[in-house]
Amino acid sequence: MSAAGKPLLLADIDEPGLNDIAVYERRGGYKALRKALAMTQDAVIAELEASGLRGRGGAGFPAGRKASFLPKGDMDKYLVCNADESEPGTFKDRELMQKSPHMLIEGIVIAAHAGGANHAFIYIRGEYEEQARILDAAIAQARAAGYIGRRILGSELSLSLVLHRGAGAYICGEETGLLDSLEGKRGNPRLKPPFPALQGLYQGPTLINNVETLMTMPHIINMGGKNYAKLGVSGSSGTKVVSVSGHVQRPGNYEIELGIPSRQIIFDLAGGPPPGRKVKLWFPGGSSAPVLTAQDLDVPYDFDSLAKAGSMLGSGAIIVIDDQTPVLDIALKTAKFYRHESCGKCTPCREGTNWTVKMLERIEAGDATPMDLDIMASVQEHIIGNCLCVLGDAMAMPIGSMIAKFRDEFEAHIESRQLSSVA
Amino acid sequence: MTPGTDGGGPGFEYRQELAGREIPRSRHGSRTPGWDEPADLEKDPAEVPDRALVDVPPELRAEIEEAMSRYPDRHSAALPALRAAQDHHGWCSPQAILEAACVMRVTPGYLTSVATFYDMFELEPAGEHTVYVCTNITCSLRGADELYDLLEAAVNGESDITLRRFECLGACDIAPMVSVDHVYYGPLGEVDAKRLVGDLRAGREPIPELALALRATAASELPQEQT
Repeated sequence: MSAAGKPLLLADIDEPGLNDIAVYERRGGYKALRKALAMTQDAVIAELEASGLRGRGGAGFPAGRKASFLPKGDMDKYLVCNADESEPGTFKDRELMQKSPHMLIEGIVIAAHAGGANHAFIYIRGEYEEQARILDAAIAQARAAGYIGRRILGSELSLSLVLHRGAGAYICGEETGLLDSLEGKRGNPRLKPPFPALQGLYQGPTLINNVETLMTMPHIINMGGKNYAKLGVSGSSGTKVVSVSGHVQRPGNYEIELGIPSRQIIFDLAGGPPPGRKVKLWFPGGSSAPVLTAQDLDVPYDFDSLAKAGSMLGSGAIIVIDDQTPVLDIALKTAKFYRHESCGKCTPCREGTNWTVKMLERIEAGDATPMDLDIMASVQEHIIGNCLCVLGDAMAMPIGSMIAKFRDEFEAHIESRQLSSVA
Repeated sequence: MTPGTDGGGPGFEYRQELAGREIPRSRHGSRTPGWDEPADLEKDPAEVPDRALVDVPPELRAEIEEAMSRYPDRHSAALPALRAAQDHHGWCSPQAILEAACVMRVTPGYLTSVATFYDMFELEPAGEHTVYVCTNITCSLRGADELYDLLEAAVNGESDITLRRFECLGACDIAPMVSVDHVYYGPLGEVDAKRLVGDLRAGREPIPELALALRATAASELPQEQT
């Protein structure tokens, strides 16, 4: 594991029966919870802030600071675990929840202590039925063991935990769309501010964290925030579970120390493209991230370096595409996905995703001119920043980057189609 | 076309036209079905169903009431209630929605607005088995579109299996993959597609050795490094 460093979240992941509370406890589970409950709420937040942990769901917001935003006081406060993992290319939370559900529950109770929440929910995407069953069983075990419920382990903290299953909508991974969905509505995002920390679920203060973020918290409490911050690089501390898929020989989840060269993840861990093929482009952080090319393979895999390279770490999902795949196919698949998933609330996203698909189809059919590429690029610019949430941006950024980086290929395609129709 | 006369709900024709080719959408490609169809101004909106007039199966009622008791606000049970009604009736039929609305004390229109938003609610009669084929980026790079065609040929238009293209199911490590009655299998080859349909029709667990649950983490299968 020299390429990846010592794993935290995946350390025991294939231990048989890890989803059983007895096995989890035998491997040191729920120790961090006891330690955290003996600390004050502020001390837990201080450890999280010292760790430098940034959210693992996509936005990368500092997790400690987020927990500190919740108002103090005696009202109902909510913690929501975002397990609606739907970003194309991402499958880390699925494997983590399936194999180590108690680590998630432990993280949830620690985060609830940090935020002062008394009701917790896990919003899991509806397609993850097997994982939901495993989590439900684990929650029942944790409740029986006194890790969830009234006055947990004799402390002041009381917490209920409910597993809520979605029903198939990417937008419900957006935090305010998720809240509407959890309230039993269509999953339309809300106008921000007010931010969920002040007015979220049922209009109450709400802390929303990704599965992997929460599962990291027990490790931070165990090893201490300062020690955790020594892992990774400045600005991107710790380890990250990266989902690698596409044209690689060993697709799967790998836990890495942030800041290692991307090449190491794609080639040393995931085995690189099949023999005889080369990396043409890759999404570094799910399908919403602007694409990078073979020239960017040495970019360190961390939040700031990927941002500097013009992309983002996002959910930590690398999709590798080899040199035998036309970029137009990827652009069409990507755009169609966002068209399908746009909730329809904001015009630039609803119409922009639809237009983009139509224009890409025109290019594919040979009805386009090079000017259409400029129009399509400008449509992308008009989506970005003009909607309540970033779903539209999440299409505009990768499509915009594909047009910018592979313009020659798009133009060649348009030209060859026109020539063949003349002949 | 007069609304409501096709019996298939909003966007019915378009969904039929696209059936099998595309992930079903409403006509203009977003999650708001029906906005481009005229409203029937003659019709009064349906009210919260009268308990005395709607016959709800006791098991379904118990399941929905249990779901409502889990949340601080009973409206949060909309998704579990619709799922329970769908499981009971085979799809989110108008009757299924009416029964769920009756127990939840909301209008059928409210639950219809919710059901039409989410891909996992079947708005047309569905088969005994559902097979979702992920046709998103990674799976299509590894042959998902061809897999879909093979499965379609094997299903051969019969209604016992509802075959659907689906957006990323979060299992790109086993691409191309399918979710059969919400259990994940992959990666599937040509032979597996035919076997899958055969196994389902014979009442066996389909392609059991390809079940996701059996797989170890990729990191644990790395070639041993030399020390």
